[in-house]
Formats: sequence, C-alpha cells, structure tokens
Amino acid sequence: MNRDVLAQTGGPGDAAPPVACLRDVTLRYGKVHALSEVSLDIPAGCMAGLIGPDGVGKSSLLALIAGARKIQAGQVEVLGGDMTEASHRRTVCPRIAYMPQGLGKNLYPTLSVFENIDFFGRLFGHDGGERARRIEALTLATGLRPFLDRPAGKLSGGMKQKLGLCCALIHDPDLLILDEPTTGVDPLSRRQFWELIGRIRHTRPGMSVVVATAYMEEAARFDWLVAMDAGRVLAAETPQGLLKHTDTRSLEAAFIALLPEDKRRGYRPVEIPPRPAEADGETAIEARDLTMRFGDFTAVDHVNLRIQRGEIFGFLGSNGCGKTTTMKMLTGLLPPSEGRAWLFGHEVDPHDLATRRRVGYMSQFFSLYTELTVRQNLELHARLFHVPVEEIPHRVEEMIGRFELAGVADMLPGALPLGHRQRLSLAVAMIHKPEMLILDEPTSGVDPVARDAFWRMLVELSRHDGVTIFISTHFMNEAGRCDRISLMHAGLVLATDTPAALTKQRAADSLEDAFIGYLEDATAVVEADAPLRSDRTPAPMPAQATATEAGPHGWRRFFDPRRVVSYARREALELRRDPVRLTLALVGSVILMFVMGYGISLDVEDLTFAVLDRDQTTVSRDYTLNISGSRYFVEQPPITDYDDLDRRMRAGKLSLAIEIPSSFARDIARGRAVEIGAWIDGAMPTRAETVRGYVQGMHAHWLATKAREAGHGDALAGLANLETRFRYNPDVKSLVAMVPAVIPLLLMLIPAMLAALSVVREKELGSITNFYVTPTTRLEFLLGKQLPYVVLSALSFLLLTLLAVTVFGVPLKGSFLTLTAGALLYVGAATAVGLLISTFMRSQIAALFGTAVLTILPAASFSGMIDPVSSLQGVGRLIGEIYPTTHFLTIARGTFSKALNFSDLYASFIPLALAGPVLLGLSAVLLKKQEN
Amino acid sequence: MRAANILHLGVKELRSLTRDPIMLVLIAYAFTFSIYTAATAMPETLNKAPIAIVDEDRSPLSGRISSAFYPPYFVLPKFITQAEMDARMDAGLDTFALNIPPEFQRDLLAGRRPTIQLNVDATRMSQAFTGSGYIQTIVADEVRAFAQRYRDIAEPPVGLALRVRFNPQLNKSWFGAIMQVINNVTMLSIVLTGAALIREREHGTVEHLLVMPVTPFEIMTSKVWAMGFVVLAASAFALVFMVQGLLSVPIEGSIALFLAGTSVHLFATTSMGIFLGTLARSMPQFGLLLMLILLPLQMLSGGTTPRESMPEIVQYIMLAAPNTHFVMLAQAILYRGAGLAVVWPQFIAIAAIGAALFGLALARFRKTIAAMA
Repeated sequence: MNRDVLAQTGGPGDAAPPVACLRDVTLRYGKVHALSEVSLDIPAGCMAGLIGPDGVGKSSLLALIAGARKIQAGQVEVLGGDMTEASHRRTVCPRIAYMPQGLGKNLYPTLSVFENIDFFGRLFGHDGGERARRIEALTLATGLRPFLDRPAGKLSGGMKQKLGLCCALIHDPDLLILDEPTTGVDPLSRRQFWELIGRIRHTRPGMSVVVATAYMEEAARFDWLVAMDAGRVLAAETPQGLLKHTDTRSLEAAFIALLPEDKRRGYRPVEIPPRPAEADGETAIEARDLTMRFGDFTAVDHVNLRIQRGEIFGFLGSNGCGKTTTMKMLTGLLPPSEGRAWLFGHEVDPHDLATRRRVGYMSQFFSLYTELTVRQNLELHARLFHVPVEEIPHRVEEMIGRFELAGVADMLPGALPLGHRQRLSLAVAMIHKPEMLILDEPTSGVDPVARDAFWRMLVELSRHDGVTIFISTHFMNEAGRCDRISLMHAGLVLATDTPAALTKQRAADSLEDAFIGYLEDATAVVEADAPLRSDRTPAPMPAQATATEAGPHGWRRFFDPRRVVSYARREALELRRDPVRLTLALVGSVILMFVMGYGISLDVEDLTFAVLDRDQTTVSRDYTLNISGSRYFVEQPPITDYDDLDRRMRAGKLSLAIEIPSSFARDIARGRAVEIGAWIDGAMPTRAETVRGYVQGMHAHWLATKAREAGHGDALAGLANLETRFRYNPDVKSLVAMVPAVIPLLLMLIPAMLAALSVVREKELGSITNFYVTPTTRLEFLLGKQLPYVVLSALSFLLLTLLAVTVFGVPLKGSFLTLTAGALLYVGAATAVGLLISTFMRSQIAALFGTAVLTILPAASFSGMIDPVSSLQGVGRLIGEIYPTTHFLTIARGTFSKALNFSDLYASFIPLALAGPVLLGLSAVLLKKQEN
Repeated sequence: MRAANILHLGVKELRSLTRDPIMLVLIAYAFTFSIYTAATAMPETLNKAPIAIVDEDRSPLSGRISSAFYPPYFVLPKFITQAEMDARMDAGLDTFALNIPPEFQRDLLAGRRPTIQLNVDATRMSQAFTGSGYIQTIVADEVRAFAQRYRDIAEPPVGLALRVRFNPQLNKSWFGAIMQVINNVTMLSIVLTGAALIREREHGTVEHLLVMPVTPFEIMTSKVWAMGFVVLAASAFALVFMVQGLLSVPIEGSIALFLAGTSVHLFATTSMGIFLGTLARSMPQFGLLLMLILLPLQMLSGGTTPRESMPEIVQYIMLAAPNTHFVMLAQAILYRGAGLAVVWPQFIAIAAIGAALFGLALARFRKTIAAMA
C-alpha cells in the first residue's frame, strides 16, 4: 500500500548515515518468497524494531544484515559496505553481534556459562586476562555471576537470553542484532533484559540495535519500527508516527490496520459477553496441593485451584514454569506426586480412560499428523475417542463447517497456514464434544487477525456450549480476556483472580506490571541469599579504550591458531559431555572389532558329521576315526538309514554325512574299486566349501597312510611335490589375518562419522551461525573441529592395537612406531573424509548413513581388505589406488603380520601423508561461510 | 484394551508411511535392488587372485603350468625373479608366488619327484586357503596330463563321491539372496518402528495420543502390527518375485511356513525397534545406536559366517538374539525344505524372545511416556 510514503519519513537517525541499507532484496526458499523486494534504510545509533507475526520474513531479514545468510537478489549495505563482498564481511563481522531466534540457539547447552562466553572471547582473539576481565564485567551486569558453572542448557529462558547477550557483547559490537530475544521469557526477565540493553546503550551510545519481536508492548518503546507481513514491508517509521498514520491507539491495532485488505476482511475485535449468572456454582475442576516432582526437580509445587463450569481460565507464565504439567495433572493425564484433583466432582484417576473422553486437548505445537489430511485427522480422532461409527461422518462435517475448514478438508496440515492449523487442532480437540478444553499456548506464532478469530471461537464455546476452557498463554492481552487467571512462576501459583482484580490489588497500570510485581516478590524470596542482584548493582560495562582492536592483523586474519584452539577446546568439552557420541567413539570401535573379528572369521571347527556304516569292519571304523579324530569334526550318533540321513540333514543337524558301502573292507583287500559316499550340507556355501576341502584332505591322508602301511607308498604318491608355504600366518588363522585389516576399516568408519556429525550437528542445531558471523575462517573452523577427533581416534587406535595383541592374540611382529605414525596420518585423513562429507550433508541422520556408505564401501571393497587392489579393475581400481585405507592397510598388515618397518613401507606413507591436507583443503573450499 | 483402537492406530501408521518418501524408497530398495546386488555381487571364492611365477625351469612343462592360470580365478600371472618375490609379497601385490625350480621337467620325467614351492600370503584369508587348493589341483592336473604322455599312472583304490545337498553347485547367489532378505527384514523392522516412534515424539504427536482414551499398550501394538505387516508383505514379494523369479533361486520348503516364521520374528524385531526408539532421544542418537546393534545382529547370527566359527561364548550370547534362530529357521525351511516338525524349536525360541522384548519395550515405553507428559 503506501509503503513508499511511509518509508521516506525516516527515523530519528536522519543525520547519521543509516546503519543498514537494503535495496530490492528478495529471498526465496524454494518456491516460497521469504522476502519480496524489500527496500529499507535502518537508522544508526537507535533501537530499531521489526514487528509482525512469525514467518513474515523478520528472521531472514536480520540474517541477511548479519551476513549469516547469502544474499540472493538485491543489495544489502551494512556499516558502509556491500555485504555481498566476502572481504567486507570479514572486516565488519567483528563489529556486528547477532543473536539468532530461539532460546539459547547460538549457545552450547552442555557448556557452562563461563565456557560459553570464554569460547566467544577466544574467537575474537582476547588473551586470558582480557577475557577474565570482560567475562566478569558482563556477568556482573547481567546477574549471571553466581551461575558461572551452570550448563547453559539448564538455565531458565530469561537467563539463556542474558547469556546469549553476554556472548554477543564480548567483542564490543557497533551493531547488535537480536532476533526475538524475549519470546517465551517471563515478563520480569523480559523487563530486566530490556533494562540491560538500555544500560549497555547508555555506556556505548554509538551502538545500533536492531530487534525483531512479536510483542507489540515491547515494540512501543523502540525508537523506530518496521512493520512486516508476508515478506513485505508494510510501514517503517517511529511508533508514534505509526499510530498517527493509522489513527489507532495501540500498535496491535495499528498493525491490523496496515494489513492488506483481504487479510483484514472479516476481522472483528474480540468481545466477551459476561458469564451467565446461573452457570455459577458447579465446580468443573478442583485441585488441592497438587505437586509434581521429576527427580530432584519440583515442576509444580502445591497448587490449589477451583474452576467453574463454562469458565475461561487462564494460566500465565514463562516457558517451563509448570503450566503444562499442572494442566495435565488436573485432568488426569499425569498422576501427581502429591495432592488430589476432582473433575466434575469425581476424583481424578489417571488410569481411568473414561476421564479422557470428557477432555479435549490442544498442545502448543498443533501436534497433528502431518501425513494425514485434515479430514483423515478428524476421522482418526473421532474413532479413537469412540464416537459411534454411524455418527462419525456427520460429526466430521459439523467440525469442518464450524471451524471453517471446508476449503482445505483434503489437504495435508503441513501445507496450511498456521491459522488454519490452529483451527484444525481445535476441531480435533472438539470432535468428541468434550466438556472441557485444555489449550496449551494455542496462539504462539499466529498473526493477530487469526489469533482474534480463534478467540472468538473460544468465547462461543464457553458462552454458548458451556465448555470449560483452560488455556495457557504468554500474551498479556490474551490473559486479559480470561474470566480468571493464575499467575505461575517456577512451579508456584503466585496469585489467582480476575485480571482486573489482580491489576487492582497491585495498584498497577496493567496486567503486565501486576505480574512483574508478583514475580519480583517471588524471586526476591528465592534469590535473597544470592549476593549479587543484577538490577541493584549495575556494574560498568567493559571500557572501550582498553579493548584490543578486535580485528587481528596480517596472516592471523586468515589463519589464527588461537581460534583453531578455541574451536577444538569447545568441541572436546561438548564431546566429553555427550555420552552417546563418546561411547560410539571409544566403545563403538571395540564392539565392532569383536563383531568383525568373529563375524568375518572363516576358521570353522567342530562341524557335525555322522556315518552310515554298512560295513562295520575295523577298516570302515578306521576311516571314521580318521575324520572324528581331527579337530574339525565332531561325530554324532550313527545314521541308521537314508531316511534318517535325510531328516537329520534337513534339520541342519549334520554338516557332513558319510556312507561306507557294505563289503568296503573286502573290496579294498581284493583291489576292487570302492567308493565312499559323502553328503555335504550346501545351505551355507562357504561352510560347505570348507567342509569339502577338509574331507578331500582327510580322504587323501587316509589313503596315503593305508598305502604306506601296505608298503607301496611310492605308487600312490604324486609325480611331483607341491610344497605350500603359508607366509606371515603359518597356521592360516582367520583372526590373525582379519584383525589387522579390521583396524583400518574401523579407523576410517568411526572417525569419519564423528567428524561429519560434528559439523552437521551444528548445522542442524543452529550453532553454525557462530561460524557464519564471527571472524573464524573455514580452515580454522575445520581444523578446530578435526583436532579432538584426531586425538580421540589415536586413542581408539591404541585401544584396538592393545585388544588385537591381548584378546585376539595377534602378534605385532614389526615396528610399533611405524604403525603408530601411519595410524596418526591415517586418522587425520579419515577425519578429513568426514569433514568433506559434512560439507554437502544437512541432517545428522543423512550424515550418519551417508558417511557409513561412503566409507565402508571403498574401505571394504576397493582397498585390498578382501581382494587385493591389484586384482581390481576400472573405477574400483582407481579408487583403491588413492583411497587412504589401501595404504594404511598395507602398513597395518606389514607391521602386524609381515614384520616390516618404516624402510620397507615408506612408499605407503607418501600418499597417506598427502591425503589429509588435500581432503581438508577440498573441504575448506566447499564449506560455505554463509547460509544459502 | 480395545482391538478397534489398535486397528485404527495401525491404519494411521500405514497412512503415515505412505507419505514418507524416504522410508518408501528404503523399503523398495531393500527388497529389490539390495537383494539383487547382494546375490549377484557375492564374489566367488576365488576372484582374480594375483599370482606371480618364478620360472627357473623354462621348460615346456613349466610353460604349460604357467598358462593354466587365467581369469576369472586368477589374473594372468606375472613372471618375476626370485629376488623380486619377497618384496612383492611384502607390499601385498601378489597373494601367490609359484616357484618352479630349475630342471623341474627333467627331474619329473626321471621320476625323481621334484618339488614346486608355492608361497601364499596367508594374511589374505579369502584367497589364501581356497586359492592354494585350486593351485594344487591345477598343478597336479597339468603335471599328470604332461606325464601321462610318457607313462601310465595308477588310479587311487578308494574313490570319494562327494555330493553337495540343497545347493549342488554351491552357488553363492542362492545363499546371498536369501540372507539379504533376512537381514533386510531385521533392519527395516527396527528402523521403521524406531523411526516412527521418534518422529512422533519429535512432532509431539505421541503426547497427543496420550490425552486420548488409548493405552501405551495399544499404541505400541498398533506400531508392531502395522510395521510388521509392511515388512512381511515386502519380504513375501521379494521372496517370490526377486529370489524365485528374477534370481531363479530354487526354494525347497514352504514359503507360507517361512512367512509364518517371519511374522514371529517381526514381532520380536519391531519390539526391539520401539525399545531402541525409547532409548534414543533423537534421530541421530537412534542412528548411532542402530550402527552398534544392527551390525552384531547381522554378522554374528550365522547369516554371514558359520556359527561354528565363533567362540562358544559368542555363540551362547547370540542365542539371545532373535536373528540367530530366524537364520536357522530360514535356512532349514528355504534350503533344506524342513517342515514345522523340524523347526518348531526355533518358532518357540523366537516367540519367547519376542515376548520378552515386547514386555521390556512396553515397560520402557510407559516410563518414557510418563516422563514426557
């Protein structure tokens, strides 16, 4: 609409050049336009806010400004330079700090508060003293000082965001970019967060702050605002200007007024008629001293409540304060640790499925089956709630009509806008006509228009159908619409009353202020013994003058060992705290060594055999003894006839059956031709072949012995001798042969997999953004990731070698030093293979199986483990010649079995030494420094 | 417990599966292409074994012996000197080196029983053992044929009539195809149920199910039957169209009996999948667990190498795995044509293991779900 007019009015920073200029910026994810031709000048030195619901392109816009995402079309200038140029990005990135969306998204949850900040300090090249000073100042200012050793994952939402801020501010940025920093955080922490930002801006007046937020109340306090919808800028000016232009009194109303015509159509403000008086009296839910403990953690602490039929009852509180758990206990979904609850006068029994039929539930994630269509979702739920079969079609139609889903009934929920999915979730929850609805944060992420439409439906359900509605939210204006609300914090109900009464009790201007008042009382009690309170002792921010210039000089700009060490340290810490990956790294290779050592073994002993002896003479018994006397065969009870033979072979009881014909001894004595029959179980060809070899050998041996006994040895002996020397492994033991070959295979598979996972994991969890927006170069990042795994794999190598020598009894005949040197080069190459694979994998599961396939196939088939490379042809031969496993296999076999040392094997070291650097270089070229 | 719930939830699982292209591709791949390649790519015992010959005789006989080695069993032999032999074997270039001594032919014809030396790189198990047998036979045959032109040779007095039952040609593709079916049955049933459970947890839909009047037992049973059914149908297809049809492997016994055994096995493995799904907190963790579980199951169950080749302790431990019994059962029915009278102990063993796994998984499932709620 009148975007151009509004955009020109500008903000308070008119005098200074804008901190960021965007011209015709367009961004697409596949077919979806995240941003369409956005042009914008963001003024410098002020608080600029991006407002609008989820999914309108706010985050994409911020990521482009931060340089974290690749610019597809248009021009983005930040801090006076073009962000498409890598050199400019490298220059300005130490001046920009970026906190992506999601609580603690750029933090490492297993690392402590101190370790998190320390990691960022090291990335920006601060030395030990500098880091200690800065960390102290920042944690004092944010009140995180008492929690330095606590893992980031165990902090509350508000504390996570403060920690995120510490990490962002460690290098004194000129531009601070915050993407929804307060979503899901309780109002007190929210207020503290903004006070903190205020103080920081006070000490660093030149700093520009760009914030995206879904809370209109917060946005009203910013200096300058951009309203966005569907990838377009609706308006950009001061909050006062916005209100004036749209002629509205609240930003929420102003935003709705700015929306295009078709979105606003049908919009009506929510009106809540008073509850009819006669409904009073009947209690729908009652709770006494409800308590829930998970281990040491008390999620809900002695909650008392009484909710009346038809009431809209709200729970207000931050993420993880116990709202959801309380709701579930109240309705019998979760057995409480302590306390009792009554539903419509009956005591709640979690094992009574009948209770569930009276309750409809809608969770915050709209947990629908995305693989089923809208109609199928409704039908499934109707069936599971035992709606009578003949009534189902009617009921489904009714829901589709009532919740306005007719147009989308045969679509998949995943393809629907959030507002529709929200209505579908409600329809699903209502399909069995429950007397009570439990709605757990049902409006997160939905735009204001859809949110109000949703509320109108709730009001109708409550007032018209008499459904008791129990809803949790963190939006203050929604809480204000409830008949009564409970304020919750850390498992405690702080107060319960009507919104108006609560506001009045605290003598506050708004419900938010009232809530903050209650929170302050509650936290004052909890933290009374904590020596430092952030808002009481505001510490000075780190002085700028003493700060070393963040950008290092000379070669260190492109390769700084300190950043490598910083990444390596962090990776090692994380790995140490992840039991599953650590187990795989150390125990995994040991387990697999056992499996392969025995699983690929071809040493067959103790095979079963039985004899059908029709002769029963000493000669025939001697023949049998010849077989049963060997270690390969174990004799079973004799075979009685052909039927017996057939039956026992079919049952797999006999691997070999021998038939000695009658008059065997007599015929031999007379020199007549006799033939012994032997049947081998061919179900398993390898075993059958071995059996055949054994039998032939034993038969020949028996003949030779007999001939010698008879005194005509020469006649039977061959014409020439073939003297076979089994070299390196004289007993021809599989284990001796297999174990030195399994070690190279495992040292390729597992290190490559771990290295690939380490990078892809960051991509999936989002902390890769830290690599995108800090001065870390690709090589530093990759080397830092690789180092811990090289060390770990070297340990694994020692463990495997020890196992081979002790448990498997495979002697190491050659030089141990040569083997170790080869192994170090090899695991370097193997981890680099993993890093290379990680550059084109997006999800961990793909990386896992991709790496398995891409390493096992060449390592097992083309590297000489089974067939030597010299007997391969074509592509397999080519891969075999260059693949690192080939060369390490030669070294491993050479040192283990062939008693060789470095001078015999140096030819295999050259390709092995080249492989690591080449693969690493290739990965560095392919790794992207920005998100696509 | 309501059978209708189990039915509807199971149908839901099937519907979900039809919308998951990755899993569908995996199933299709596992029961067609994967079986075909496993069957046909199974290398014959001796495949292009590299052999070198040190010919110090250079006689017609030594030439005759040298020319008897050719592909596909051997690569064409390289002629090397005595000095080169050790270095080449150390570097792993040759598996076999045949040393024909000087004056070999003359000594042979003079009846002096000369000796040929065969050096074998015994670190290369796959070729060393069978290969040396082949070489022995080839050399003996050539020598005999050569010598026969000059004098009579006595036949040995006692013959040995070796017959291989069930697979007379010891055709490895017969074995490879069916073992691949078995491996894929195990792999897919674990992956499908485990992944389905984790996906539901990640999407929060399991939580959603719990607020409905359904019990964990019903949720779990529905997954077991739905995923078991899919794998059963796919393996029946694979057995009839891939194994019998395309690969024309003869099946001796009753396919119906085998499929009955497969259903019992699936009961055990799908329960195992659910159990693993409750242990892992995310897909990547599930993947890592899978690596450590699936490989031992497949390699130590007797489907790859004979159980007799494993240490006794491993054999005993593996009796606790359903795969071991399933492999026995499958081999008995499909290759040896055994009937229920023969394989009933395996049926009972798998059912017992399955019941234990199901109970374990159900207990664990209830617990995780209680922790989630």
